Amino acid sequence: MYLIKSINELAPKIWQIWVNAPHVAFHAKAGQFVILRINEFGERIPLTISAIEGDDIRCIFMAVGKTTSALAAHRSGDYIRDVAGPLGKPSEIKKYGTCVVIGGGAGIACCPIIARSLKADGNVVKGIIGARNAELLILEDEMRDSCDELFITTDDGSKGVHGFVSDILKTEIQKGSIDAVWIIGPAIMMKVTSEVTRPVKIRTFVSLNPIMVDGTGMCGSCRVKIGDQIQFACVDGPEFDAHKVDFDLLMKRQRAYLQEEKLALEYHNKEQCKCGGPNNE
Amino acid sequence: MNDRPVNERLKDFKEVDSGLTSDEAVLEALRCIQCKKPLCIGGCPVGIDIPGFIKLISEREFEKALEVIYNDNLLPAICGRVCPQENQCEGVCILSNKEKGVAIGSLERFVADRALVQKSNRKCSVNPTNKQIAIVGSGPAGLTGAAELAKKGHSVTIFESLHEAGGVLVYGIPEFRLPKWIVKREIEQILSLGVSLKINHLVGKSVSPEELLQFDAVLIATGAGLPHFMGLPGEHLSGVYSANEFLTRVNLMHANDFPKYDTPVKQGSRTVVIGGGNVAMDAARVARRMGAKVTLIYRRRRDDLPARNAEVIRAEEEGVSFVFCSNPIKVLGDEAVTGVECLQMALCEPDESGRPGTEPVPGTNFVIDCDICIQAIGQDPNPLLLQSMPSLKSGKKGTIAVDINGKTSIPHIFAAGDITTGAATVILAMGSAKTAADEIHKMISI
Repeated sequence: MYLIKSINELAPKIWQIWVNAPHVAFHAKAGQFVILRINEFGERIPLTISAIEGDDIRCIFMAVGKTTSALAAHRSGDYIRDVAGPLGKPSEIKKYGTCVVIGGGAGIACCPIIARSLKADGNVVKGIIGARNAELLILEDEMRDSCDELFITTDDGSKGVHGFVSDILKTEIQKGSIDAVWIIGPAIMMKVTSEVTRPVKIRTFVSLNPIMVDGTGMCGSCRVKIGDQIQFACVDGPEFDAHKVDFDLLMKRQRAYLQEEKLALEYHNKEQCKCGGPNNE
Repeated sequence: MNDRPVNERLKDFKEVDSGLTSDEAVLEALRCIQCKKPLCIGGCPVGIDIPGFIKLISEREFEKALEVIYNDNLLPAICGRVCPQENQCEGVCILSNKEKGVAIGSLERFVADRALVQKSNRKCSVNPTNKQIAIVGSGPAGLTGAAELAKKGHSVTIFESLHEAGGVLVYGIPEFRLPKWIVKREIEQILSLGVSLKINHLVGKSVSPEELLQFDAVLIATGAGLPHFMGLPGEHLSGVYSANEFLTRVNLMHANDFPKYDTPVKQGSRTVVIGGGNVAMDAARVARRMGAKVTLIYRRRRDDLPARNAEVIRAEEEGVSFVFCSNPIKVLGDEAVTGVECLQMALCEPDESGRPGTEPVPGTNFVIDCDICIQAIGQDPNPLLLQSMPSLKSGKKGTIAVDINGKTSIPHIFAAGDITTGAATVILAMGSAKTAADEIHKMISI
């Protein structure tokens, strides 16, 4: 059992949770993730490790499905049944020169830890974070502290530049030399944004989030196509060379359980009414 | 075998074989002629005193019979069910020349189940040695190694990456062949020897190689959990599973009980399973229980199926239809799988395994419609640990190289089970773990 040290809503439906998990915290590096299971009926869901402090790790998630909604209903002092990790390969942190770390929506969660690690290795780090609107933008202060320069975009112009992260990336590439780029967010955002760096051949990493079960390379649920090879995001990734990723295939596989996810959420909402609260398990 | 009727067992995941009653067990035990030179012991990879425990059963001394088994095997309720006895102890039983060999597996299971129901725990009575042993993985090999070393008084810690101990016994083998309460109870017995279990710990990630090397000895028993894919076009489609994923979703995550349990699995009306081993049979029979019409495709003939004959027969009884001498070449569909295109295969010269090789016959293409496609074509050792310990010498096909005693290239590190051999049986893994545990004990007792 793993103690929830704190939990709070950063933006509508975007939650931050700190969990006591010494075996993870002690070994975790930027780019890795955990598999978390709330209770004995729970599914195993992957969440990126967004920060580490002592024996605790932070994850940030959107409460959209059954498990994430149930997780968001927890309070500090509650326990989670299972936290396995750190899983996956860490980000390839080394000295590149100038790096850009880009986050979209809840994907911003993964950015500060990568930005800080890159900076610690002597890189100049520029951050670009974007959201649909100002209200949904998370971790602005943390990113400002972690980067040498930070740009903000919103789809509706309610904060920062009115537009997309890819627009800023284009301008930054024109302005000067960039040696490596990280793009983390929804699959479609990663697909579109990584097209900006392809023609100019800048090393670009994306963090993939396919459906996983065990998270240790045993089931192949998270298989993705990288170049002409099938790889498992849980052990070969989750970060891959953006220009080799078959994003369309990733998005297809992410959609595989839409119906079941809807069913699970309906069942969850019904059960929630019956028992008076999601914590009465 | 006391199999439940087919129409009944297809409705649930409860055990197919309901086991022997005590009278049946005694009668079966009386069939044993107590050979002077028993072949059965030599046929058992862990060398159980088989005539010894059978004699005690015939005398209704069931507890004493179990003690005899426990000397060599701490997982008898599991082995009684999943060992391929027909190729081992029962296969060499002298009675099998004339009639049927003694049902050794059923007898082993009978005495083991009795004790599990009574929930009697075993205690370790030897003095602690203060030697620290790490076991990596809690499948059959890891559990056996843990038990053997704990019995000698060593302080044993098992690291398991999943949220439950048991390895393939919990994620791979279905409930109807190996009930999970049995696995749980046998594991509890081993933990009651003073073994500590750390779940959610993936060695190489949650435990670093340096931390591992601080133990007096390490036994790596990480199994063969890396699924093969055939590399067919369309393999990415929704509804295409590795057998490992399909079975893990159902066995470990209880997807058959979705949405009470959160993990879903696609509900197919027509399922195709590719492969001919025990894992393929398990997947096919799970799919039948989930209500699908199931076709199993195998590239050779029925006689060549590597699965246990008893399980093939049960699969047939349960309505799995078999397509032999065929192999898929393409998974059809747009977003989700709609069918599998196959070619007929011609048999040719035997390959290195002694089985006939196969060659596709051009122009014999045919399509089997399906909405689930499960590939059960074998597993390789999980490469994670070797990746995190590059100085560990590897063997063939991703295995860890060991000598006959389970020693690896790094002093104090041993390995046993499928990680050293590639996918094999539960009992072979246990046998090699026992050997490695003996060697570890010798080494640290000096």
